[in-house]
Amino acid sequence: MAAEGFDAWLAMGGYAAYVWPAYGLALVALVGLLLWSILGTRALERRAAKLRRTREEEQ
Amino acid sequence: MTSDADMPELRAQRPVSLANPTRFFRVANRLLPWLGAATAVLFAVGLYLSLIASPPDYQQSETVRIAYVHVPAAWMALFVYVLMAVASAVGLIWRHQLALMAARAAAPAGLVFTALCLATGSLWGAPMWGTWWEWDARMTSVLVLLFFYLGYVALIDAFDDPARGQLSASILCLVGAVNVPIVKFSVDWFHTLHQGATVFRLDGPTMHASMLAPMLVMAAAFTLLFFVVLLWRMRGLRARARIAAAAATAAAEGA
Repeated sequence: MAAEGFDAWLAMGGYAAYVWPAYGLALVALVGLLLWSILGTRALERRAAKLRRTREEEQ
Repeated sequence: MTSDADMPELRAQRPVSLANPTRFFRVANRLLPWLGAATAVLFAVGLYLSLIASPPDYQQSETVRIAYVHVPAAWMALFVYVLMAVASAVGLIWRHQLALMAARAAAPAGLVFTALCLATGSLWGAPMWGTWWEWDARMTSVLVLLFFYLGYVALIDAFDDPARGQLSASILCLVGAVNVPIVKFSVDWFHTLHQGATVFRLDGPTMHASMLAPMLVMAAAFTLLFFVVLLWRMRGLRARARIAAAAATAAAEGA
């Protein structure tokens, strides 16, 4: 019964081909936006810190 | 002894508020872990309500579940644009760098929300309307919104002088604000294909609580995720400004 329930849920009343891609796109878009923002910022902050260190060493 | 009267630029920064960049980023960094945790919890609850706990619609069957990502994405597309327009106006009028930074950091998020809104709308329209796209007033005006976001993102980096890029993009953003009420009221002005408002209505929502709950929880999750992205991107812009300043100093010393 549980497996049938799960299959029925996956089938989404025959609209699986529309419902799941919508959630898949949302996942990719939102997780992608978040990771891009965090990793991009970290890379910029590392570069800024390195520049500051080299300046301090020069002085 | 120096007083504030002698140093107007110091006095301008005096009000105890988040308008001071140092204080802003200190508060933002303290806030970020909590915002992140709350976002994760809201998405977990929101996905459970959207995909498991809520019933199928009597007309649209299981496709109504697409609404729980489509509608929050659409609300965010508009909310982020309004925030950018207000921040751009504040930034231009009072020459407030933090406001301009906020507008700039928000733009990629708004672009993603708008694209997601159009894509999920297409996935919903195909089975329910029998078409992936129609030049309906709502869809066309959201497409125009997408172009304003694209224009802003392209324009802000298009000049050698960053101040000119910022000014051009901010003006474009303010011009595009005209489109926001058109998006919102297009379904009332033109009765074409897209359905009317069911939540933000003068006579209250016309949705059953079992469907309103997943929509509102997902909208809250989208909103918090946006603020997490906004704060991270603002930090990124601050780092970029520091890198540019260091490069400018190095160039000045070399000359």
